[in-house]
Amino acid sequence: MLDFVQQLVSGIALGCVYGLIALGFVLIYKATEVVNFAQGDLMMMGGFFGFTFIAMLGFNYWLGFACAVLAMALFGMLAERVVVRPILGYPQFSIIMVTIGLGYFLRSMAGIIWGTDDLKIDTPFSTGVLRLGSLVLAYDKLSVIAATVILCTLLYLFFNRTTLGTAMRASSENMLAAYYMGIPVKRVVSIVWAISAAVAGTAGVLLAPITFVHSNVGLVLGLKAFPAAVLGGFGSIPGALVGGVLIGVIESMAGFYLPQGWKDVAPYVVLLAVLLLKPEGLFGLHVRKKV
Amino acid sequence: MSESDIILKISNIESYYGPIMAIRGISLEVPRGKIVTLLGANGAGKTTVLKTISGILDPQKGSIEFMGKSIQRMEADKIVRMGLSHVPEGREVFPFLTVRENLMMGAYPRKDRDAVGEDLNMVYGYFPRLKERLNQPAGQLSGGEQQMLAIGRALMNRPAMLLLDEPSLGLSPILVKEIFTIIKRVNEEQGTSILLVEQNAKVALETAHYGYVLEIGRIVMNDTCERLMNSHDIQEFYLGAKEAGARGERRWKKKKTWR
Repeated sequence: MLDFVQQLVSGIALGCVYGLIALGFVLIYKATEVVNFAQGDLMMMGGFFGFTFIAMLGFNYWLGFACAVLAMALFGMLAERVVVRPILGYPQFSIIMVTIGLGYFLRSMAGIIWGTDDLKIDTPFSTGVLRLGSLVLAYDKLSVIAATVILCTLLYLFFNRTTLGTAMRASSENMLAAYYMGIPVKRVVSIVWAISAAVAGTAGVLLAPITFVHSNVGLVLGLKAFPAAVLGGFGSIPGALVGGVLIGVIESMAGFYLPQGWKDVAPYVVLLAVLLLKPEGLFGLHVRKKV
Repeated sequence: MSESDIILKISNIESYYGPIMAIRGISLEVPRGKIVTLLGANGAGKTTVLKTISGILDPQKGSIEFMGKSIQRMEADKIVRMGLSHVPEGREVFPFLTVRENLMMGAYPRKDRDAVGEDLNMVYGYFPRLKERLNQPAGQLSGGEQQMLAIGRALMNRPAMLLLDEPSLGLSPILVKEIFTIIKRVNEEQGTSILLVEQNAKVALETAHYGYVLEIGRIVMNDTCERLMNSHDIQEFYLGAKEAGARGERRWKKKKTWR
């Protein structure tokens, strides 16, 4: 039973990271119908920015964290403006290739700038453990879960309670109508990229004490986050998080209870099963237009 | 008519969809506080004219003046901010946003929160049915209610001028009557100038003050609505009047006078 709870907690923590990356996929997809395959690499960049501010420049952890997230937001806007906007309106395939290319570019640049060694960020919670009776939970994992919950609450409030957030949902539902309403759609899209890069960056910094910072970390996690987004129903924000947590828990359980090798396959088996039974994903939305 | 009484003046605009010329040099004027209708069959280019005015399409040639300022090639959101709102064909509501959120999106360019509250009440006054459905997603409304929402949403911008694209599309005759009564009331009570595009020529001519007839990208006729309604061609080709010929048979091959 204890093992089960511990596996569950570390699965949820891992799943939160998948969920945050998947959230970035979904935000950008909903707003612009672009699938950003560089999302995992944006997360990796967040880790390196965190490393730069905290380990290299010696900032306090929380200040460095905030700086890294802010830098990622600006970086996301820049990527949208320079790489994606010029190619909007061309076939979907070109856009996908561009984001894949962006991912390669970011991985190589990170290798050139920060080297290819595993880097470590010291955090206030990288060592401690929480003891509840005989249950032992590591703070670094709990911190990921806590941060995800806080971040998602903030995003929920932003999207549902503020005019700008509502305008973002409106633009993603019907971009043409958003133009008719006088919503500056291009600025909205660039803010969406900023938010989704910032969310990915947050995941990158949170993950740093668990997996270390490495230029390929985004590729591996991005490949896991993609099924998480599909599982939740591509285009649903809560779906992305639930999908992420599910994949994380399944992976962690399979690693513990099943023979070796199942760990990496199990999430995809579940994904296939879900898609066979419910092709629109767990939280997929279907709407018919009235004429 | 003096220049300052004209709120919207279009001169010789040409718009293309790719290589296809959709409107071929159209000029029209909308007087301040009046309803002007643009009639025409499918594919005549009515919607294209509206899209060109509201900045969704850029005209290749010609000029568009709104309240004395030239607006061709301006970004769509800036044109809305100037007080020119477009109610698009087919409603185009935000399906997963609630009715209230849809209305608030109409007021997105505005900063005067108190006045927005008043205008919300004004919209409920015109469309009491929307008030009953405030917290429902707009996608669940009936077609007529969605059309009301689309008009109400545009009114939330407190526009000096409205572009209405086929408000009768897919609605029952009773609803059409209801919507057009409200359009007329908005024009009279708020002083909103309206450019109305319609296929339902009868109801459009009854509502508007002045009309233009568009065929294959060109304006072929323009006059006051009363005179248009009495015109032979309009009666036969747009109002469907069947006129018996000298020998008591319908003449089928009559040429239009403008051809």
